[in-house]
Amino acid sequence: MLTIIPQILIGAIDLVAAFLFMFGLQRMSSPVTAPSGIKVAGIGMLVAVVASFLYAFGVDTAAKPFLTVNLALAAVALVIGGGVAWWVGRKVAMTAMPQMVAIYNGMGGGAAGAIAAVELFGAKYHGTVQLVVTLLGALIGAISLSGSLIAWAKLDGVLKQPFRMRGQQGLNSVFILACLGVGGYIVYAAQAGASPLIDMPHLIYLFFGLALIFGVLMTLPIGGADMPVVISIYNAFTGLAVGLEGFVLQNPALMIAGMVVGAAGLLLTLLMAKAMNRSVSNVLFTNFGEIVKHKHGDVKGALKPVEASDAGIFMRYAKEVIIVPGYGLAVAQGQQKLYELVKLLQAAGVTVKFAIHPVAGRMPGQMDVLLAEAGVPYDMIFQLEDINDEFANADVALVIGANDVVNPAARTDKSSPIFGMPILNADKAKQVYVVKRGQGKGYAGIVNALFYADNCNMVYGDAAAVLTKMIEAVRGLGSKAAA
Amino acid sequence: MQFAISISGFVALYIFMLAAFAGWVIIGHVPAILHTPLMSGSNFVHGIVVVGGIFALLNASTVLEQVIGFFAVLLGAGNAAGGFAVTDRMLAMFRLGGPVAKHGHARARHIKKG
Repeated sequence: MLTIIPQILIGAIDLVAAFLFMFGLQRMSSPVTAPSGIKVAGIGMLVAVVASFLYAFGVDTAAKPFLTVNLALAAVALVIGGGVAWWVGRKVAMTAMPQMVAIYNGMGGGAAGAIAAVELFGAKYHGTVQLVVTLLGALIGAISLSGSLIAWAKLDGVLKQPFRMRGQQGLNSVFILACLGVGGYIVYAAQAGASPLIDMPHLIYLFFGLALIFGVLMTLPIGGADMPVVISIYNAFTGLAVGLEGFVLQNPALMIAGMVVGAAGLLLTLLMAKAMNRSVSNVLFTNFGEIVKHKHGDVKGALKPVEASDAGIFMRYAKEVIIVPGYGLAVAQGQQKLYELVKLLQAAGVTVKFAIHPVAGRMPGQMDVLLAEAGVPYDMIFQLEDINDEFANADVALVIGANDVVNPAARTDKSSPIFGMPILNADKAKQVYVVKRGQGKGYAGIVNALFYADNCNMVYGDAAAVLTKMIEAVRGLGSKAAA
Repeated sequence: MQFAISISGFVALYIFMLAAFAGWVIIGHVPAILHTPLMSGSNFVHGIVVVGGIFALLNASTVLEQVIGFFAVLLGAGNAAGGFAVTDRMLAMFRLGGPVAKHGHARARHIKKG
């Protein structure tokens, strides 16, 4: 019997936790309050987890004999799962953040699916509505688990090529329909009290198996560039699954937290897709890599390489420099060097600003994080809509490791796959320097007309090495320049 | 007075509707600079699933249920702890900058811990 005191305690603490989650998320919506926001939400999590052990006072009669073992199992699982994830999360490099989010998200989806499995195997649900909701949560959670794992593998480079084949959409449809069919049959069998074809445990295995396979199949054909959108979708999925299982367990904290994340994740997904000029269905159901087999239109002009030191000195005598960083900078681990150069330029009286495209990096906002890590204050960092008009006044636009986000074809060339995507107007600056490893194309595989423009020069080399040369060149002018 | 929580039918739908609306409104005001930390932060919040996992595990009465329940707690705890660790690390980097470099060769004022 659940004594009344633990019941009140759990109810009250979960209420506080639900409030702290929403308050924390709200604080995370501004850079000033964001660091405290996650701590607020963290406190909510901590009290909710501690309070959940009070459930021990009200377990089912059938589970009573196992209570000691179960309590020990719960403690061990908490320590191992939490400990390992915490350790990895603290150690992993900042550039690897997207795949970490993917894997933690998959774990959440797996947990929701596992809860559903316990409810299903133990036949603990009450009535048809709860059964249907359990199955729905299980389906979404399982898809989120296997899909997130594939997303992780792609981002981490374990899976290099998108896997595509003929009739893939058809095959996916078969799997999801079969899964829904098995789910429907489980509901029917539960109502009828008997399963004429296969016994219930095997049906449940089949159900989960189909859902997991569907998650894999759905994610495999999607290219690496679209992974942020996919992770965001699975994030919303996991939230939804958690909310649904919260209803089954009659736990309002899970319902509220899960649903808040479900809605927030959906909005984030739409915002990201919009920034990339892609619709969500486009990401999921067309294969990005295929539509970019694009005739490399007639680009006029030639690539004009210059020395890094010359570019550095030119910037030293400019009035205003706008820097457009991209993923290539992060790959070269050049953020620290870049900020060193920026400080030198600032010391010489140059106004320096950072222009960030919404999809710079591999996830919206990732470049902001990477720059912040290097110590760049965020009031130097400007978003696309705030800085785009300023390029016309800038003496130099320094493009480092970015490509598609400054391609003027997005404005002019209707046949280009990135046509219509908002881009940074780097080409409007008086002088453009593009730091690039080689003559290769960007992630979307399109020729960049900017590189051939009259006011553009290429600086070839690894971003970190190029920046080191620029720093040396500017330092070389050093004291007499400062005078 | 009744303290046992019982949510059914439309009450559940009301809770879902209000929570979804709250989530939508909260995120709607987030600047792009915070999108990645926020995706990570909301990822942390659904780590609350670990509480459901603990409930399921404590009520397990067969070995199969215990095994699955164990994994529910394991995965949920990973979601919560890992989500917090990465989000906290990202957000700790946000700071307001002053005119750092205006004064000649001043070195970076802040030295990162860890």
